[in-house]
Amino acid sequence: MSKLKDDRVSKETQVTKISQEHIDYLHRVRMEKISVRVIQILIFGVAFLLWEICANTKIVDPFITSQPSRVFNTMVRLYEDGVLFHHIGITCWEAFLGFVLGTLVGTIIAIMLWWSEFLCKILEPYLVILNSLPKIALGPVFIVWIGAGPPAIIVMTLAISLIVTVLEVLNGFLTVDQEKIKLVQTFGGSKYQVLTKVVLPASYPTIINALKINVGLSWVGVIVGEFLVSKAGLGYLIVYGGQVFKLDLVMTSVIILGVAAAVMYQGVVYLERMLVKNKA
Amino acid sequence: MKPVVEVHNVGMKYQSLNGEITALENINFSVQDGEFVSIVGPSGCGKSTLLSIISGLIASTSGAVLLSGEKVTGTSPKIGYMLQKDHLFNWRTIFQNVMLGLEIRKTVTSSAKEHAIKLLKTYGLYEFKDKYPNQLSGGMRQRVALIRTLVTNPQILLLDEAFSALDYQTRLIVNDDIYDIIKKENKTALLVTHDISESISMSDRVILLSKRPGKVKNIYEINFDIKNRTPFSSRETPEFRYYFQEIWKGLDVHV
Ligand SMILES: Nc1ncnc2c1ncn2[C@@H]1O[C@H](COP(=O)(O)OP(=O)(O)O)[C@@H](O)[C@H]1O
Ligand SMILES: [Mg+2]
Repeated sequence: MSKLKDDRVSKETQVTKISQEHIDYLHRVRMEKISVRVIQILIFGVAFLLWEICANTKIVDPFITSQPSRVFNTMVRLYEDGVLFHHIGITCWEAFLGFVLGTLVGTIIAIMLWWSEFLCKILEPYLVILNSLPKIALGPVFIVWIGAGPPAIIVMTLAISLIVTVLEVLNGFLTVDQEKIKLVQTFGGSKYQVLTKVVLPASYPTIINALKINVGLSWVGVIVGEFLVSKAGLGYLIVYGGQVFKLDLVMTSVIILGVAAAVMYQGVVYLERMLVKNKA
Repeated sequence: MKPVVEVHNVGMKYQSLNGEITALENINFSVQDGEFVSIVGPSGCGKSTLLSIISGLIASTSGAVLLSGEKVTGTSPKIGYMLQKDHLFNWRTIFQNVMLGLEIRKTVTSSAKEHAIKLLKTYGLYEFKDKYPNQLSGGMRQRVALIRTLVTNPQILLLDEAFSALDYQTRLIVNDDIYDIIKKENKTALLVTHDISESISMSDRVILLSKRPGKVKNIYEINFDIKNRTPFSSRETPEFRYYFQEIWKGLDVHV
């Protein structure tokens, strides 16, 4: 046993004195990080500034391109009319619901397909066809079946994200190391225990990846849905603005949409940090 | 006394669309309580299959396996299985990994937890119990894997190439280490390996299987004239070379 002493030093505890070279290295890394961030902000600022200047000097026509000051004014006006957060809220809620349902239902279906190989074989060709079908084509069908309203929008979102989720997550399940499954079985583990002790936790990274894809897809679903049916929401504002040639309204909505989608994506990234702690 | 493991006329045929693979044919041997037995043979000769059958993970297509006289029909708490890799779950802490088997068997009690902690302390892993596997070295991880098996209190340990994923130096150390633990905890062990030296250094008997379909080709009794035998000290004896030559001849390797 004595031979094991050095072997027992955990990788973490091998802390040595910090040298000047290392301090310099850390400094360089930090400076690079700061420069990247500064340039990113600069690009953003310059782009908006150019946009504003070009519109003011009539290099581009602000009637069709809008401009930052008009976007800002539009936002303020929407806010003063008391409808800004109404529209944002509706769209975000629909996107969130579609996103959660798509992930949840998709994962449940993936679990069923994992559980029964027979079922999986039967459903495979249908999954392939549904996956390649442009789901937007089903929009009118949903409206007729469900009626023009938020439920149709959410079903649209589901339709877009569901199959991708099923395939992604199932693929994750199937690539779990067979030997890890065998390990659980050697302890007499049941199929349910194989699922809960290995397959699901080992697939958290895959599921999170599916979530990241789904964030984008659920926004597509919601906006398409709102284009088709809605009377409120950011998608509605975009369509309405386009129809009455209020490009200020369109641009404002698009910008809010971008921010909302980014916030939701960051939410998933945060969730990832909480769930997937120790990526080996 | 009744043998702990009896293998009677065991045969195994795998079915596939391309035909039938006879992995094992007419295997007979038994293992006494406290014995350390190795199974060596060329790769693909059915060693893993044999362990899976003994553990009850898969059913043989002919013959029977008895554990202390009882016929094997499924997995048994009497058996602890060690796989080639440690397969520690990187989403669990060391302690949570050690508790896996107990959780699955639904036998987590405070005395079982104490047992786990005692084992971790005895084998120098207690201070790492709240760390994650990726913070441990290969040798330590393999020891955690053994403790994960030991806390379920198995009588018999099945080790399937349990050391072959380790580099040579680490392997020699882990051989000594695991041998020591197995002897201290008074377990019967059945080790599958393709490493002749490893099998001689650790075992009381070596069972040689032929290439597929695997049959028992020969059984070698291993005796060393030394006190406090360890795998490492066994390797330094004159008898070791002799056994190696014998088994090497028996294995009849062609490249
Ligand atoms: N599930 C299985 N289905 C079909 N053939 C298998 C299966 N498992 C193992 N085999 C075949 O049985 C033979 C013995 O395999 P195995 O027991 O893993 O050998 P070893 O562990 O000695 O290398 C191999 O030829 C392998 O291809
Ligand atoms: Mg094998």
